[in-house]
Amino acid sequence: MIAKTNTKIVTNTCTMPNAHRSPALCIGLILLAAIAIVALPGAAQDQANVTLIKNATVITITHGRIEHASVLIRDGKIAAIGTDVQAPAGAKVIDASGMYVMPGIVDCHTHIAVDGDVNEGSTSVSSMVNIKDVLNPYDVNMYHELAGGVVIGNVLHGSANPIGGQTIVIKFKYGAPPDELPFPGALPGIKFALGENVKHSNFGGPVPRYPETRMGVEETIRDAFTRAKEYQKAWADYNRRKAAGEQNLIPPRRDLQLDPLVEVLEGKRYIHCHSYVSDEILMLIRVANEFGFKVRTFQHVLEGYKVADEMVQEGAGGSTFSDWWAYKMEAYEAIPYNAALMTRRGVIVSVNSDDPEEARHLNQEAAKSMRYGDLTENEALRLVTLNPAIQLGIDNHVGSIEVGKDADLVIYDHDPLSVYAVVQKTIIDGNVYFDRAQDIAGRAALAKEKQELLDKQKNANKPAPKAGSETEQKPKESKAKKHRKTPEFAELVGGGR
Amino acid sequence: MLKDGIIAAVGTNVSVPREAAIIDGTGLTVYPGLIDAGTAVGLPAAEAEQPAARGRGPRSASAAPQKISLGPQDRPQTTPWNIAANDLNPADPRVEKWRGAGFTTALVQPTGGIFPGQGSVVAFGGDRPGEMVVAPRVTLGIAFDTSGNFANFPTSLMGSIAYVRQVFIDTRWYQDAETIYNANHQLERPPYDRTEAVVGEALNHHELVLLPANEKLSIYRAIRLANEWQINAAIYGVQQGYAMANEIAASKLPVFVNVNWPKMEKGADEDQITLRQLRFWDRAPSTPSALSKAGVTYAFYSGALSDPKEILKNVKKAIDAGLAPDAALKAMTITPAQILGVADRLGSIQQGKIANLVVADGDIFTEKTKIKDVFVDGKRYQIHEEPSSAAPGGPTASPADATGGEAQP
Repeated sequence: MIAKTNTKIVTNTCTMPNAHRSPALCIGLILLAAIAIVALPGAAQDQANVTLIKNATVITITHGRIEHASVLIRDGKIAAIGTDVQAPAGAKVIDASGMYVMPGIVDCHTHIAVDGDVNEGSTSVSSMVNIKDVLNPYDVNMYHELAGGVVIGNVLHGSANPIGGQTIVIKFKYGAPPDELPFPGALPGIKFALGENVKHSNFGGPVPRYPETRMGVEETIRDAFTRAKEYQKAWADYNRRKAAGEQNLIPPRRDLQLDPLVEVLEGKRYIHCHSYVSDEILMLIRVANEFGFKVRTFQHVLEGYKVADEMVQEGAGGSTFSDWWAYKMEAYEAIPYNAALMTRRGVIVSVNSDDPEEARHLNQEAAKSMRYGDLTENEALRLVTLNPAIQLGIDNHVGSIEVGKDADLVIYDHDPLSVYAVVQKTIIDGNVYFDRAQDIAGRAALAKEKQELLDKQKNANKPAPKAGSETEQKPKESKAKKHRKTPEFAELVGGGR
Repeated sequence: MLKDGIIAAVGTNVSVPREAAIIDGTGLTVYPGLIDAGTAVGLPAAEAEQPAARGRGPRSASAAPQKISLGPQDRPQTTPWNIAANDLNPADPRVEKWRGAGFTTALVQPTGGIFPGQGSVVAFGGDRPGEMVVAPRVTLGIAFDTSGNFANFPTSLMGSIAYVRQVFIDTRWYQDAETIYNANHQLERPPYDRTEAVVGEALNHHELVLLPANEKLSIYRAIRLANEWQINAAIYGVQQGYAMANEIAASKLPVFVNVNWPKMEKGADEDQITLRQLRFWDRAPSTPSALSKAGVTYAFYSGALSDPKEILKNVKKAIDAGLAPDAALKAMTITPAQILGVADRLGSIQQGKIANLVVADGDIFTEKTKIKDVFVDGKRYQIHEEPSSAAPGGPTASPADATGGEAQP
């Protein structure tokens, strides 16, 4: 399996500084993204409830590739797939001749679409905070990622704390009301984290925070679950006594920090644990077994290849990077074969982004596991479609092209495993949320609107014009035009109607 | 006719008592005293983060040594017991400035922190703090502030929201626990917590809980949280209300619109400005008109404006963007009085109401119009042509009963 270890590794795309994974940098990125919040006119809402994508290479993931096939979408679901599917009267037809249709990409680790900081970094157990409270459907990163074929994201709290905030799976319905983003029925999650970030190895303020060692990290998790169990018992006792008719009972105080941990104990919330080093992964598995909870996924898990069997035994998935390593000490023993090696040992593996730029080419990230570890084409594409869907417990609805599943699809002009593949359309629940042709066609009008509004603001900032001052204004306007850059469409979309 | 600080009669045929002082209102227009539905005018400037070493300070919490906040239990940035009415300063020069611009009344709201304190309805007249107070405890302010550093909870917006959620949960728990305990003192005694006790009182008094939300996303969120927390809420900010008018109307929540409209700062880096921001800046003044059309109950407030004359200039921008002038006037008179529960006393020229009036020499929204007289609690304050900042405060006339001018509905 490691037959190609002699091959020169040239694809390490990690150009970020070591601190890139630090929460502090995340703050800056997220704040930038949160500056503008307005509604979206760009994503065309296809109101016709029947659409036929015809004459494409359909990559089903679960049933191979079908050439010259069509996919029929009705009411947001996949209604039929095959070479002889015809468009019913009134159906909208998308001619995808020569193109490739595959399931929309599922990103098992993202921090986009969050209003404010992704870390509640003050406390080692920040489970009282909830990403759901701050979902931002107007984050332009979401549009960028739609342009990369991503339709679903597991929006995680940052990695500043051993036990982080509550997390949520969303569909990238850019511009929709925030309450329409969460994936219906998907189990909520909670972010855990181990290692350097939580013990503030590479950053930290003037005030030290417990824990500062890996021992302390384990103790923090044990302490939190010990308290959660006491809390669970206090409520059980109260409810039992109340049901027995006892009067004058003061109920326990509801504790937003412990509620989600009780949900973890009761199997109602998934743990997604940021992790690097193999012994820490084993530590959390031991603690989980001792307290009786499950770890749904290990995130990053760059040393997962060392403990794949133990992960299989725990039933934990691995969500990793293709070839991103050495950005800090605990990331030094990573190898690009990680995804393939874990896959071969039976781990459900996904490749995630953790980054708005990386997310725009997850198809290529998946393809790297063919180069490093000899995964098949279908196994590679599973890393960003069906496998993350399994990890998030939503594979009954998404992750493959099957009749009855959600019509979350992406259309490429080339094979998605090719570096030449460019997304043409991205579809969620049968609605087109990204359309490359429409995007390009709309740029000029948006640029014009922007310049007009900019001139208006600049004129408003000037002192009241006196008679004959028009000539003074003209040179300034032309100067502004000279400096005008071709605006990036992504920056422009999303304005209010 | 004004008598003893109250509007005694209004009309074209009022019988004038012999002792009345008469003001000739020919050519003048009388408006109800304007209400600024959100300001810190009259309060001492918010103290810096550092503990106040010197003297007493109303914000006793900040006088304590700086303590690390690790979670909701540490009650970060929480001083709901600060009541604006307790900290008023009639000598605040801004009081005269505001009055001179026609604002006789305001919701004065403590600022700073997540639970900064309770707001009071305040008259911008009188010589002693107590005379200024119309209603001392009207609003419970909330801001989703963060600590600004990585060491103190909350560092994030979601942390701030979680904190407020926990405070409401704790408050209701304490109320229940206290009731059960008082009926049976053999039970374990629920611990007293000042925050829970004060917030509980505010909820019991049906004080308006003020939730911040300026842009579309935060307005969505405020509506959801008001619903989840089952509070008598109002939203303040709301400058992107033009994009959320129907949703706000459906929520039935009243809103306070900050008329300090956003705009491009001078010298801003044009390359960093997005079309979204430009659209927001361009459309913000159309918010009141959109709210009117959707049937939202809204009032205006001055926000961070330091010159009260700017308030009317900004309201004029809303009128230019489609707002009917009489709707604009309502948003500064009767509507805030209704939202704040003082419409039986303020907000219109009506017999029996408090004699807060503005006398102008024309339409109040016309720039050249001058305000001639302002009455607060029947007390006449003549407005200087060019009120210099050095001008001494205080009334230029003794309390007088007067009639004058034509009543403006």
